[in-house]
Amino acid sequence: MRKTWLSIPYAIWSLIFSIAPIIIIGVYSFCKRSPYGRIIYEFTLENYKKFLQPMYLNVFWRSILLALISTGICLLVAYPMAMIIAKTKASRRSLLIMLFVIPLWSNFLLRTYAWMSILRDKGIINHALIFLGIIDKPLTLLYNDSAVVVGMVYNFLPFMVLPIYSVLSKMDESLVEAAKDLGATSFETFTKVTLPLSMPGVVSGIIMVFMPAVSTFVISDLLGGGQTMLLGNVIQSQFLMARNWQFGSAISMIMMILILIVMLISSKYKDEEGGGLW
Amino acid sequence: MVKALKRLYAGLVYTFLYLPILLLILYSFNDSKYSGKWNGFTLKWYKALLEDSSIMSALYNTFSIAILASIIATIIGTVSAIAIFKMGPRMKTIFMNVTYLPVMNPDIVIGISLLALFTAVKMKLGFITLLLAHVTFNIPYVILAVLPKLTQLNPYLEEAALDLGATPFQAFYKVILPEIMPGIVTGALLSFTLSIDDFMVSFFTTGSGVNTLSIKIYSMTKVGISPKINALSTVLFLGIVILFILLNKREKISE
Repeated sequence: MRKTWLSIPYAIWSLIFSIAPIIIIGVYSFCKRSPYGRIIYEFTLENYKKFLQPMYLNVFWRSILLALISTGICLLVAYPMAMIIAKTKASRRSLLIMLFVIPLWSNFLLRTYAWMSILRDKGIINHALIFLGIIDKPLTLLYNDSAVVVGMVYNFLPFMVLPIYSVLSKMDESLVEAAKDLGATSFETFTKVTLPLSMPGVVSGIIMVFMPAVSTFVISDLLGGGQTMLLGNVIQSQFLMARNWQFGSAISMIMMILILIVMLISSKYKDEEGGGLW
Repeated sequence: MVKALKRLYAGLVYTFLYLPILLLILYSFNDSKYSGKWNGFTLKWYKALLEDSSIMSALYNTFSIAILASIIATIIGTVSAIAIFKMGPRMKTIFMNVTYLPVMNPDIVIGISLLALFTAVKMKLGFITLLLAHVTFNIPYVILAVLPKLTQLNPYLEEAALDLGATPFQAFYKVILPEIMPGIVTGALLSFTLSIDDFMVSFFTTGSGVNTLSIKIYSMTKVGISPKINALSTVLFLGIVILFILLNKREKISE
């Protein structure tokens, strides 16, 4: 029996709430703007041209750069962590993984805000460093790009650990043993067996971290203190402050294309099975 | 030696992960309004929290939207997953691509595009638009959680039930549903979690006066977060930890 008619409610729902909204901002991105910010339905490339101004191109490169740095750090920190967890006794594994999931349940704005009190001039890091006599004047740790990267790594690290762990924990141990039997060193076993087999998880992790990192505006807003403008901040201000929805829509379209490119590149390295977050 | 290094490494990562949360909890018991200084232990923020009607209404909105959105999304998602599972390959590809759209689209784009939609049809922004937005980004996760369970399902089970005289509805209700229940529960929990924690989409799709906790907290970050919010998140956080411990215990017993 075919039950495809059951998909009708979902088809209607996604047509209205997933597809139509994207078409609307797609149309807006090619529309002119009246002096009072109203949308005039006349075709123009003005909004995309505006993006080519050095100011916005800078924002674009900086967003990509910070997202890439954060993704890279997440990968470097998460991979060993996922391996350590995957090699622990089965009875303790679920606890160690749970410890990565639990923070996701508490509000991410609050956790990010807490970093402000850690990085501040009078925050605990500066306090500790002065107390230990390492520095005598507080370091400026907040309101710069590094603070934004710390915030991104902090918020998105679990999204790198979980998919890598999920692949590593399902990996066939006998392959590693076979490599060792055949005389491979630990390093060779890792680069030739473990790493290639874990690629689907790594790729999932990269997408899961890069995507929110390149589009965030809250982390840069709080920890960058307005010094760090990212694509997300520009979109937000064009929609809510400047009331230039056309330009905001154009940037959103550019961001979607960027993420599509990242996904197309990475899908080459990803097989059908596995690598999911859960 | 290697073992000690591993322990140290894991310890450092977990410290990084939990340091902000521990600080939040600490501040909720701090007598000073400013988080930098420790003025002694107090429970006054917990008392003040109960009397703060704007935080309480944000809490109420957050939970009602999360509960309603996850129920609606779970129903639509489960039904759709069954339909998608039965589809031919071409239709299936189209539907799966549509399903991945909200998963792969950045939150900010989902938020502003829904804002554009609601404004275009002149809908008043508020509770209803928030709910619609949350259901929209929840449905795909339910579908993605239920589909694998359907794939694992023995295809003859349903036929057997029908052969034995069950109506299609009975076959679904008594045979299929219990089998795919774990997937449905995962999907529902995931939806609930996503809704509770969402800020981006809510930020753009809510109107004046209707706050969720995330939006309330965001507006507070500009002027300084009240320790009342720290008290609230401490309560919620401990609630979750206790829930996890109980669930873990139950699993161990049932094993």
